[in-house]
Amino acid sequence: MIALISENLFHLFFIVGLCLLIFVPLLLGVVIVLFADRKIWAAVQKRKGPNVVGPFGLFQIPADGLKFLFKEIIIPDGADKTIYFVAPILTSTLAIAAWAVIPIQENIVLSDINVGVLYIFAMSSLGIYGILMAGWASNSKYPFLGALRSAAQMVSYEVSIGFVIVTVLMCVGSLNLSEIVYAQKNIWFFIPLFPMFVVFFISALAETNRPPFDLPEAESELVAGYQTEYSAMPFLLFFLGEYINILLMCAMMTIMFFGGWYPPIDVAPFNLIPGFIWFLVKMMVIFYMISMVKAFVPRYRYDQLMRLGWKVFLPLSLLAVVVTSSVLFFFNLAPVFS
Amino acid sequence: MNFILDEYLPLAIFIIVALVISCLFILANFLVARRNPDPEKSDAFESGFPQFGDSRMKFDIRFYLVTLLFIIFDLEVTFLFPWAITFGNLGLLGFFSMMFFLGVLTIGFIYEWKKGALEWQ
Repeated sequence: MIALISENLFHLFFIVGLCLLIFVPLLLGVVIVLFADRKIWAAVQKRKGPNVVGPFGLFQIPADGLKFLFKEIIIPDGADKTIYFVAPILTSTLAIAAWAVIPIQENIVLSDINVGVLYIFAMSSLGIYGILMAGWASNSKYPFLGALRSAAQMVSYEVSIGFVIVTVLMCVGSLNLSEIVYAQKNIWFFIPLFPMFVVFFISALAETNRPPFDLPEAESELVAGYQTEYSAMPFLLFFLGEYINILLMCAMMTIMFFGGWYPPIDVAPFNLIPGFIWFLVKMMVIFYMISMVKAFVPRYRYDQLMRLGWKVFLPLSLLAVVVTSSVLFFFNLAPVFS
Repeated sequence: MNFILDEYLPLAIFIIVALVISCLFILANFLVARRNPDPEKSDAFESGFPQFGDSRMKFDIRFYLVTLLFIIFDLEVTFLFPWAITFGNLGLLGFFSMMFFLGVLTIGFIYEWKKGALEWQ
């Protein structure tokens, strides 16, 4: 009996260790990506960006993070105190939790579940709750309006993201994320499904509230949107959640359109490099594109945003589902199970 | 059963670990940072004015409409998932029933568009 419990306990600690093995690199990834974001943005505007703290300013982001730790937590008088704290915790928990099913390399994944795509879809849908709760609990006008906008925006683009995912799934025949990568051994999906990749890319920007779709926190209109009343660590958790979600979108695009861990050409110097390096390189390239969009494109107006979501992307992706399924069906290309 | 335990137990533990870490972040902040609230500081932010009126005010009906539309289309997407991964096996009937379903939804979508449910002024 004791042996059984200790064995199970060991197993439990082993899994917790694995979880931390995902979480720590993820946090490091957020630091790197934040730093890259600021450097790229600065370079576009001919500035230097962070360059004082540490070599090349590399310690700027950890220093910022540490600063948040020592800041005072301000709880507004009118706030609903429980929900006020549940909101940031929920946001960051959901953002982190989605990473459990991302396969970095062949067979290197925490839980290789068969409904991986559905799980990620669910987790990113639930993210809306964190924002709505933050806006409601703050009991202040700007957060309330920001949360409304953010929820409507995320909800609108989630639909087209869903349809894009469906077109990819039709080419794969499985909801498992590793299977999606295996299906791209011969050809990466961004070649046959290029329009879908574009729709997904832009929708991902809207889904993660990145510029040019950062209307929920358009500072000239809404101060900082749903985050206005937050300070110190709760604010950092929102920030962390946002960047982890951006990284998740990069990883999703890598898996669904850029062949995950596969090298671009399957010849000697390329296929000797381990798969997870390819995965990270692809993620970084996609993040570079996202960052450049932030630097180049002016902010959308809210009605333009909603028009783009409902009147352009939704019909387009719905059409894509019909076209893709018809092509696959009538040319007998659809994956069949025996 | 074993299969479920192997794949879903790490997932459940990961969610708990993520939750614990998030809570620890805030707890550490409470332990480390000095708190010194005063009425001005903990007043709700409103462009430097004292707050007037209730913050949980009436909001535009369009937000509600968007959410309703979302429920329809998101359910549709969820409905498409199982079909999308098996439609190679379903044959002609499976394919055309889904096309019919999408057609019906498209008619509804066109109706919404013409009614102006998607307009924002």
